[in-house]
Amino acid sequence: MKRLPASSYLTAIYLFFYIPIIVLIAYSFNNAQYSLVWHGFSMRWYHELFSDIDLWIAVGHSLILGIFAATTAMCIGGLAAVCLYRYQFLGQKVLYGLVFILILSPDIVMGISLLILFSLIKISLGFWSLLLAHITFCIPFVVVTVYSRIVSFDQYIFEAAKDLGATDTVIFTRVILPLLWPALLAGWLLSFTLSLDDVIISYFVAGPDFEILPLKIYSMVRLGVKPEINALCSITFLLTLVLILLSQLLGRKKP
Amino acid sequence: MKHDSLFKQFSLSIIWVWLLIFALLPFGLVTIASFLSRNDSHLITLPFTFINYFQLGNSIYIKIFKESFYIAGICTAICLLLGYPFAYLIARMRNRFKSLLILLIIIPFWTSSLIRCYSMITILKPRGVINSILLWLGIIDKPLPLLFTDTSVMIGLVYNLLPFMILPLLTNIEQLDHRLIDAARDLGANRFTTFRKIILPLTLPGILSGCILVFLPAMTIFYIPDLLGGSKSILLGNLIQNQFLIAENWPLGSAVSIVFTLLLAILLLIYWRSTRSNQARDLL
Repeated sequence: MKRLPASSYLTAIYLFFYIPIIVLIAYSFNNAQYSLVWHGFSMRWYHELFSDIDLWIAVGHSLILGIFAATTAMCIGGLAAVCLYRYQFLGQKVLYGLVFILILSPDIVMGISLLILFSLIKISLGFWSLLLAHITFCIPFVVVTVYSRIVSFDQYIFEAAKDLGATDTVIFTRVILPLLWPALLAGWLLSFTLSLDDVIISYFVAGPDFEILPLKIYSMVRLGVKPEINALCSITFLLTLVLILLSQLLGRKKP
Repeated sequence: MKHDSLFKQFSLSIIWVWLLIFALLPFGLVTIASFLSRNDSHLITLPFTFINYFQLGNSIYIKIFKESFYIAGICTAICLLLGYPFAYLIARMRNRFKSLLILLIIIPFWTSSLIRCYSMITILKPRGVINSILLWLGIIDKPLPLLFTDTSVMIGLVYNLLPFMILPLLTNIEQLDHRLIDAARDLGANRFTTFRKIILPLTLPGILSGCILVFLPAMTIFYIPDLLGGSKSILLGNLIQNQFLIAENWPLGSAVSIVFTLLLAILLLIYWRSTRSNQARDLL
């Protein structure tokens, strides 16, 4: 009796989530400019997309930016998470709170505040400003990912290592890193995804010389709906999908 | 032992220096900028003034603030109403599809909201899916103006933010001890009383985290009103973006951001007071 309404409700919500995306992907293969009617399967929009040099430059920029930002954020955020877990130090609570405030703080405020900072210290808007901004908004997410993993560790491992004479650096490289690499990798993938998807913060700190993919998509969408954008969004969606699946596999809280 | 403190000091100084320079200092600069004057070369200059804050008393700005809070509030309410039963059903599920279904919620959570916003356009536009179906069925004879309305902005916001409501709720409801519900039922409480007295208070942290995660971005994702609402709807995010990049009035934009941040801080404080548990940690 109860099952039918429940499962139809779930189905309705899932359809709401996925129909727009499925339609988008389907139309990226439709051989027609505007019509919704199916005009046959075609790779035409993908071909047009692939011949757009500017777009490829933007993709390249985004990938480079994502790799650098994710790697730096992974290192800094990982170290911070280890410290938060292992040590008592002055301002520990403040640091923890700050990480959460940064996750919750509106992107737009972070965007404008970094814009003011960069204009004040005369960092020209482009690769470096984007990189610094992306690292900053990725760090808290790495800290949270790694921290939630590290608390599930057996505390005695560290004490055993210490008793056996290992220094903190040795414990870090020989005990923590081997145990923590899946969480670090999950944090990296998360940061990479965030960096690849960010519009709001990048919108403020990007310059004309260094165009990145999300902003390129944004400006294309603003100019009007074109089938190439369907193709572009489909590819980007699939790329994100792969990254999410990978980070989910790695981030599972298993002993 | 010297080596030990070196590792600790090294790690801690990196994170502190980074956050001080790129998080706290910039925010301090916004605060300072909001008290300064505008200059024609669009940079901020002295003298020190309160004029930006007085300007916010202008009815146009008050209206934008009110409208943003109103729209974000409605959006949050819709997400809660849609998301709560959904999260509850998923959390209570006991079969092999469960992890797949959860994954299907996580995917939109992490997918670019710009792309999802764009996919909504393909549904709502004059020659989009809904209009085509209605035309084909003969219910309407010309396309309905679905896009560039307040409704389309709302649909776009709910579509984008619903996963942010569902995930914290899901985490929370999963931790709910089902025996408490059974106990309440055994003691004679009906469904409604059980929900009101047991389930609702215990899932309140999840409800609050979800509401925060929806409410905060709802006001500032400037590209959703921009793309789905045409130029008609101006929300707080659009106002700030406008003052910084088009009107080039940084001090006013800063003042808007500061007032906005303070209002959010008050909301967060209420949240922190009302829930002492660590639900917020689990949601990400």
